[in-house]
Amino acid sequence: MNFSFLPKYYNFFIIGAKNTVLLAIFTVILGVVLGVFLALMKISRNKILNFVSTAYIEVIRGTPLLVQIFIIYYGLPAIGINFPAPAFLGEYGEEFVAGIVALSINSGAYVAEIIRSGIQSVDKGQMEASRSLGLSYNSTMRHIIIPQALKNILPALGNEFIVVIKESSIVSVIGIHELMYNANTVRGNTFIPLEPLLIAAAIYFVLTFTLSKFLGIAERRMRVSD
Amino acid sequence: MIEVKKLIKDFGKLKVLKGIDVHIKKGEVVVVIGPSGSGKSTFLRCLNLLEEPTGGEVIFEGKKINDKKTDVDLLRQNIGMVFQQFNLFPHMTVLENITLAPVKLKKASKEEAQKIAVDLLNQVGLEDKAGAYPNQLSGGQKQRIAIVRALAMSPDVMLFDEPTSSLDPEMVGEVLEVMRELARDEMTMIVVTHEMGFAREVGTRLMFMDDGKIVEEGIPKEVFDNPRHRRTRDFLRKVL
Repeated sequence: MNFSFLPKYYNFFIIGAKNTVLLAIFTVILGVVLGVFLALMKISRNKILNFVSTAYIEVIRGTPLLVQIFIIYYGLPAIGINFPAPAFLGEYGEEFVAGIVALSINSGAYVAEIIRSGIQSVDKGQMEASRSLGLSYNSTMRHIIIPQALKNILPALGNEFIVVIKESSIVSVIGIHELMYNANTVRGNTFIPLEPLLIAAAIYFVLTFTLSKFLGIAERRMRVSD
Repeated sequence: MIEVKKLIKDFGKLKVLKGIDVHIKKGEVVVVIGPSGSGKSTFLRCLNLLEEPTGGEVIFEGKKINDKKTDVDLLRQNIGMVFQQFNLFPHMTVLENITLAPVKLKKASKEEAQKIAVDLLNQVGLEDKAGAYPNQLSGGQKQRIAIVRALAMSPDVMLFDEPTSSLDPEMVGEVLEVMRELARDEMTMIVVTHEMGFAREVGTRLMFMDDGKIVEEGIPKEVFDNPRHRRTRDFLRKVL
């Protein structure tokens, strides 16, 4: 094993990991927001909302993430839709935003299905009891149904967060300097084929393993009322 | 207080209610009995629009409620309901269960609502359970909390949908006792139940339903002792 590149290149991995985490955080937040709306649309009685949500979820789940990323990064600017490049994201802000958008759009579809199943797993007596007290549909959703649904789906949602961290490696193809991209750069610069990738794999593992431990703790905390 | 005229409810091709006419006055305790599938629960659920009537009218405090213009949420604030399965909110403490609706619907400030909740908990003997979660309670305790939760909105009428049917036998009494107390305080109540003793003792009126219709109604004691219809007689013979 040859890790002699580390003293010179360690910063590549640190910056890469930082960008991977940043990508994942934005994606998870936007993905969940999008997912909640799509799930509510999918269970609503409004046929149009229902159709839009179903079509969205099916199309996103039925096409490869790589294709979606290319369409968003190369395709959208071609028809005049450009991405902003916020300063805090550094030199590759535009790519970064495109990456976040693509990953969120993708993750939102999966999160929507998780949340929908979570909402439908809550006993319908809960909705009836809350409505019979005079609470509206919306406040029942907010105070009664969604908190219980979130608890039910926390394992599945946590799994989706882990998937997001791992899948974010794919946006290296559009030049975002996240962990995978930087590991690849080190590989190219040093002509060492294996070890930089092992380092990248180890960092990915540390990220996902830590997250899964934290989710385990959160799950136990939420079980108080069971 | 509640006037029901020619109430009809279909579920697809299945006709569940086939024309119910009834007038319920303030302070009455109407007990609804009948075989399963007779439409008792559906009738009750039409009164607060948990089921939307297919036809007929339900008039509550002078207003027709099965009307597009009705503010359903506002209406339900005045109609308490207790379910067979309790339906307490498992992610909230007892106190939160009780104060949620009054606070969110601005019937009371948080402090007022908590005071009302504690008073009501005292009345049902569960003041020490305010901080407990529903899963820490027995069935009888859950149902008493569910009654308190409905009462916290100070409704004008209380609907009970088989409130003791999923309780262990030794817990039925404590729930019926709370309901008896309510009746004594002249709460208007409509109770779907299989508890014939309760019906006879506490009910001011008994309604026997079968096959989507009210077959017979009257003062409970008279109906129990002298049922006029054959179907009432058959049913009472089976359950008594």
